[in-house]
Amino acid sequence: MLTIQDVAKTYADGTEALAGIRLAIPAGEILALVGGSGCGKTTLLRLVAGLDTPNSGAIRLDGAAITGPHPGVGLVFQEPRLLPWLGIAENVGFGLAHLSRTERRARVAHVLDRVGLSAHADRWPRDLSGGQQQRAAIARAFVADPKVLLLDEPFSALDAVTREDLHHHLLTLWAEARPTILLVTHDVAEAVALADRAVVMRPHPGRIHDTVDIARPRSGDPEASVAATRALRAKLDASLGRTLSRTAVPA
Amino acid sequence: MSTGSISPALGLDAGSSVAESGRGARSRARPAWRHGGRFVLGLLIPLGLALGWELATRAGLAQGRLLPPPSRVLGTLLTLAQSGDLWVHVRATLTRVALGFLGGAAFGILAGALTGTLPLARHLLDPGLQALRAVPSLAWVPLFILWLGILETPKVVLIAVGVFFPVYGGVSGAIASVDRKLVEVGRIFRLSRLALARRILLPAVLPGTIVSLRTGLGLGFLFVVAAELMGASEGLGYLLVEGQQFGKPDQILAAILAFAVLGKLADALLVALTRPLLRWQDVSRDVL
Repeated sequence: MLTIQDVAKTYADGTEALAGIRLAIPAGEILALVGGSGCGKTTLLRLVAGLDTPNSGAIRLDGAAITGPHPGVGLVFQEPRLLPWLGIAENVGFGLAHLSRTERRARVAHVLDRVGLSAHADRWPRDLSGGQQQRAAIARAFVADPKVLLLDEPFSALDAVTREDLHHHLLTLWAEARPTILLVTHDVAEAVALADRAVVMRPHPGRIHDTVDIARPRSGDPEASVAATRALRAKLDASLGRTLSRTAVPA
Repeated sequence: MSTGSISPALGLDAGSSVAESGRGARSRARPAWRHGGRFVLGLLIPLGLALGWELATRAGLAQGRLLPPPSRVLGTLLTLAQSGDLWVHVRATLTRVALGFLGGAAFGILAGALTGTLPLARHLLDPGLQALRAVPSLAWVPLFILWLGILETPKVVLIAVGVFFPVYGGVSGAIASVDRKLVEVGRIFRLSRLALARRILLPAVLPGTIVSLRTGLGLGFLFVVAAELMGASEGLGYLLVEGQQFGKPDQILAAILAFAVLGKLADALLVALTRPLLRWQDVSRDVL
């Protein structure tokens, strides 16, 4: 269980990024954080990752406060951020330095196979497409077997086909150990395709506007998916002060 | 040095054949004839000029007293080589450059690493070093001679000073411009300060460091000439001075030719030694 208790964050320049965020995310849930720009989605993710510290409130993983980067928490950035001087397999195994070479190889090989990059294990990052690089970055986060995985709009720079392909790879990996996933996105369709629950955020300062439960489309119910999309889009529009009609989805 | 994190040592067994077609294919050597062709291309203009001058002198269009034809310069070089004198001078010069370069580069890397990573060291050292850098290095010569005598030590120290500044600037600049985003990757994986330095900072600053080492090496040759012009009993710079005093332009040109060859060879050696560390770089030279 990941709990976020009344977290507030104000940056040194006075920007009030987050105020009064309260969330409880049960283990294994995929939660989407949806909202317009400036609503503090990325800030919240960085706080959970331990890269920044909140001004007040606390973030706890199974009861223990997160005060810095945590072995149980993995992060996939918006860009792949692969290390250009390491091959793909070494990039994926970057966080496994504490393991024996044999075990590291085995785990890297397994996760590379899951994201379909086995054939590229010995290539340089620069030889891969953007989608392949992001797949490697996701593999790098999964291979450390985190309890909580944070995804900061990792698919936003990719084309629609590649994005769907990555959704598939993400869910395949998730199904193995079922980590809790916090997915930041501004894409309603992406949230509906992946998440159990979507939290809509609102800017100035960033806070929680509303929550939408999503019957996972992977349960195979298109009606539920359309309903969830419509509900989420309505709430997102409301959080941005827009009218529903402009972006309404035809039934 | 531990290059375990730099060389792709973690390659999967099953992927070894992929390495051949994948990364191996990318970085494959150019066909030998193209490499050779480029080499010949680089020689075309110097050789053409030399040939033109030779012909002009032979035809009596120019008289070769002050600017001797290439044949005479090469002849002088050959005579120096055969008598063994050339090797004495080359050895003296190369020893000075090597010692000065090693000393200057070592201190440059050390100081650059200190000021690049520790704010206290930066605030303490950098302003002073920047001010010293503004002093033309030759201005130190009288002081070095007073302090260190006129033998080898002041020469090596002068070269080291010349090498130090570009290396220092290059290393501290390279550290300052390390991508913060990659450092964050290290933080997410909870690297210790030492591991962060070894696994992220070191590989990230290598390209800039190597460029600064090449600049430093070039300056090493610049300052060895300066040092030898000011008083030496051997070395290529001594050949220059002696050539001037005894009116032997062919000897001066022979020494200059030797400098050109040695400088180019030393740089090529440095590039060859460091190339394995930079195979990952996506350099445009591969494409152009």
